[in-house]
Amino acid sequence: MSANGGGFHAARWNEALINELSEEGARGIVPPAVDAEIAAAVGDVAAALPEGARREAPPDLPEVTQHRVLRHFLRLSQMCMGFDVTTDMMGTCTMKYSPKAHEHMARGAKLADLHPLQDVGSLQGLLELMYRFNRIMCEISGMDEFTFQPASGAQGIYTNACLIRAYHESRGDLGKRDEIITTAASHPADAATPSVAGFKVITLMPGEMGFAGVDALKAAISERTAGLMLTNPEDTGQYNPNIRQFVDLVHEAGGLCAYDQANGNPLLGVVRAGDTGFDMCQFNLHKTFSAPHGSLGMGCAAVGVKDFLRKFLPRPIVAEDGSGGYRLDYDPGQGIDRIRAFIGNVHAVLKAYSWVMSLGAEGLRAVAETAVLNNNYMLAKMRTVRGVTIPWPANNYPKLEQVRYSFEQMFAETGVTSHDVIDRMVDFGVQHCMPSHVPMLVTEPFTMEPGESLTVAEMDQMLAAIEAISDEAYSDAAKAQGGPYNAATTRIDGDVPEDPDCWAFTYRGYLRKKAMWTSENRRKIERHEGGY
Amino acid sequence: MAAFRLGLIVNPIAGMGGAVGLKGTDTAEILARARALGARPQAPARAGEALGAIAAAADAPLELFAAAGEMGEAEARAAGFTPQLVDHSTGKDSVAEDSVRAARAMAGLAVDLILFAGGDGTARDMVRAVGDKVPVVGIPAGVKMHSAVYATNPRAAARMVLRYMQGGIALRQLEVMDIDEAAFRDGAVSAKLYGYLDVPHLPDLVQGSKAGGVSSDRTALAGIAARIHQAMQPGRLYILGPGTTMRAVADSIGVEKTLLGVDLLRDGARIAGDAGEREILAALDGGGAIAVTPIGGQGHFFGRGNQQISARVIARVGIEHITVAATMEKIASLRDNLLRVDTGEPALDDRLCGWRRVITGYQTDSVCRVAT
Repeated sequence: MSANGGGFHAARWNEALINELSEEGARGIVPPAVDAEIAAAVGDVAAALPEGARREAPPDLPEVTQHRVLRHFLRLSQMCMGFDVTTDMMGTCTMKYSPKAHEHMARGAKLADLHPLQDVGSLQGLLELMYRFNRIMCEISGMDEFTFQPASGAQGIYTNACLIRAYHESRGDLGKRDEIITTAASHPADAATPSVAGFKVITLMPGEMGFAGVDALKAAISERTAGLMLTNPEDTGQYNPNIRQFVDLVHEAGGLCAYDQANGNPLLGVVRAGDTGFDMCQFNLHKTFSAPHGSLGMGCAAVGVKDFLRKFLPRPIVAEDGSGGYRLDYDPGQGIDRIRAFIGNVHAVLKAYSWVMSLGAEGLRAVAETAVLNNNYMLAKMRTVRGVTIPWPANNYPKLEQVRYSFEQMFAETGVTSHDVIDRMVDFGVQHCMPSHVPMLVTEPFTMEPGESLTVAEMDQMLAAIEAISDEAYSDAAKAQGGPYNAATTRIDGDVPEDPDCWAFTYRGYLRKKAMWTSENRRKIERHEGGY
Repeated sequence: MAAFRLGLIVNPIAGMGGAVGLKGTDTAEILARARALGARPQAPARAGEALGAIAAAADAPLELFAAAGEMGEAEARAAGFTPQLVDHSTGKDSVAEDSVRAARAMAGLAVDLILFAGGDGTARDMVRAVGDKVPVVGIPAGVKMHSAVYATNPRAAARMVLRYMQGGIALRQLEVMDIDEAAFRDGAVSAKLYGYLDVPHLPDLVQGSKAGGVSSDRTALAGIAARIHQAMQPGRLYILGPGTTMRAVADSIGVEKTLLGVDLLRDGARIAGDAGEREILAALDGGGAIAVTPIGGQGHFFGRGNQQISARVIARVGIEHITVAATMEKIASLRDNLLRVDTGEPALDDRLCGWRRVITGYQTDSVCRVAT
C-alpha cells in the first residue's frame, strides 16, 4: 500500500512576512470616528499618558488589506501539518483529536465575550464549570486542589518548582535545601524550570533498564534535597517501577515530590499521583485532555496539590461563596506570585471539561488502555522494520504510550540518519516524528506516540511510510537523505534553528539580526529561503 | 567560488590485526604476523565507502589531494576522482612516518580539511603532523579506537565532509588517545592522551557524540569552569587534570594550563605545569583537591591520560575532595553513559565505583554510574 495513495504534495506559498506585505495606506478595517459627544466628554485621551510612556513615533505596524491578511494566514495554514490534516504520532506530544463540538462551544459568545474583570455575579456559569472541573481533576489525580493558571506545560512544571520553594521558605529551610532531583529522560522542563526558580538541578542517568534505579537516587539525596520532579513514564515510554521507593526516599530526606504528568495519557483511571505518594502534580489540558496542542500560547496546565500545600497555590482560586454560588478568592495569604493573569486559559478548561464529561470514568480508562494498546501495536510492527532497534534491550517490560526507537543500525549500514527519516516522512503525507528531547541518550533517536484516537488503518499508513523510507535507505540512500521533496519547505539544517543569530521572535529582532548577519549566516539562511 | 581543498590519507594497514586477534599493527613484525594469519586491510574499503558517498553528493567544486599510491590515490581513483598527488614516501618503510609527511605536505598546500582513515595510531600521526593547524575528519578503520576524533562510520565521515564544505560549522577539539599495543597484547591496558585534533562540531556524526548543541555545550563548559574557580579555597593545592574542560577552569582563573598535562594551582597561581606524580606528592603538604574530566568517547576520569594522579595522590587528597566535571553532551556520548576508573589499586577503584555526582554546569549536576 502506498502511504498516502501516492502523489502527495504540500502547498508551497513563497509567502513573505506580514510586515513585508505592508503597503502604505492599505487598510484592513477603518474604525468609525469617535462621536463628537464622546470626544467632547473624554477630551484628548493620550494627554493622560505620562511623558515617558508616550511614543515619539507611531508603531511600525504592517498596513495590509483585509483580504490579503486572510490570504496570508490561510496560506500559512495550508503549509502546516498536524492532527486535523493527517496522521500524527509526534512523540512526547500526545497528539489526539480535539473534538470540534468543544471548539465550537469555546468560540461561542457565552465564553468568548466574557471579560476577566467583570463582576463575579455575572461569571457564575464559568466559575461553576471551573469549580466542578477542579473536583474532577482531584478525583483523577488523588490531589485536593487545583489551579488552572499556567498557560503551558512548562509553566505548570515551573509552578510546581515555585510551590516546592514556597514550602521550604515557609519552614525557614530554603537556604539549606536548594537541590531538585530529576531524571535524564524526564521532560527537560523538569530540569529547566527548577533552575529558573533558583534551585540546583541533579539529573539521574539511566541504568541498564533505561530508567534510574534506587541506587542512583540514593547517591543524589542529601540534606540539601528540596524535591523530586520527574515524568513517569519517561519520554522513552518506560515506566519506572521504583517510583514508590523514590517518593518515600525523598520524603524521608525532607523533600517534596512533584509528578509531571505530561506523559499521563496511559495512566488515566489506572494510577493516581496522590496514591503514589506525590505531593503535587501537573497535567496538560492541551494534549492529554484534548484541548489543542498550543504552539506557545493556547495551552493550559492543571497543577494539583495535596491539602497541606493548598495555601501556597497562586491566587485567585475559585471558591464556594457559602450561598450556593462561587467567588474568586484573591487573598494572597502564603500563595506564590501569580504565574499568569486572572484564572487561566478558560477555553482550554471548557474543552477539557467537555472531553471528560463526554467520556466518563470508564471512558477515561479506555483512553489510557487504547493508547497503550496502539503503542504496543506500533512497537510490534516497528520491530520488523529494517534498521530499527529498541534501546535498552535488557528492559523487557511492555512500553506504555510511546517508544523511543533508534535508527543507529540503519545509519551504520546506509548512512541514513533519523533526521533524514524524519525529514522524508512528510513526503508521504504524514506528520513527521520527533527525534528526542535533550540530552540525547539514544543514538539516532525517533520517538513515536500513536495515542488513542488513531485507527489501525491510520497506524498502518504511518508504518507503510516508515517501511518505504527504510527500503529506500537500503536501495537509494542518497534519495532518502535528501528529503523532504514534496513539503512546504526544504530541509532546515540542524544548526540554523540552534543558532541565535539565525532566528528571531519579533520583526524588530529579525531586522536587527539580519543587519548583522555574517556572510556565513546569510549563506545558511538563504539556502533555505532559496529552497522553493 | 573557490574549490574546497580536501586532503586524503589512508593508512593501508590499519585494522589488519583486529580480525586475527592481534590488537593493532603498530610494528612491522606484527604486520607480518597479521599478513601471515590472512588478515585483510580494512582501511581501503572504508575509505572507498566514504569517498563514494562524497562523490555522489558533493554539489560544490572539490579539489582532492591524495597521498600517492596505496595511501589514498588508489581509493580516490576508484571513487572516480582525479586527485592531485602528494608525495609522502620517506623511504623508511614506515606508514606512520609516511602519514606524517603527507599530512605536513597537505598543510603546506593549504588544504581546508584532511580526511584520514585509520585507527588510534593514525590519529596520533595527525596530531604530530598538523595538530590544530588543519581540521580533520577521521574514518574509523583501526583495531584500537579509543580516540574521540572519529566519525561514527565511513558514511558519517562523508556527511561531515559535505556539511563542512557548505560552511558555517564550528570546530572543536577532540581527544586522541592510544594504548601501548605490546602491553595490550599482554592483557594490560595503559592508555595515554596524545593530543587533540580540530574536528567539525557535528555532534550527530562523531563517534558516540550525540547530545546538545554548540552553544549549550559552550555555556555548560563556562559554567563548570566558573563553579570550580569560585569554589577554590585559599591555601589549598588544586590538581587539575588534562583536557579542554580543565583548561576552561584555568582560563576562568586567568592562568596558563597544559592541555595534556596535570597542572598544580594554589591561591590563584599556577605553581607547576605538566607535573609528575612525585611533584604532585611533594606539593601536597597541606590540603589538596583534584578536578578531572572523563576522556571523551571512552569515559575514564582516572587511569587514562592522567596516571600522574596516582592512587597514592588520590589517597593523600581524599575521595571527598575529588571533583569530576563533564558537560551533559560528553556524558551522553559515552557508551551506556558509563564513567570509568582504573587507578591500578583495585580497592581504591571499588571505592570510586557506583553512582557518583558529576558537575555538568554552574547549577547542575548529574548522577552517573562509575565502573572499572
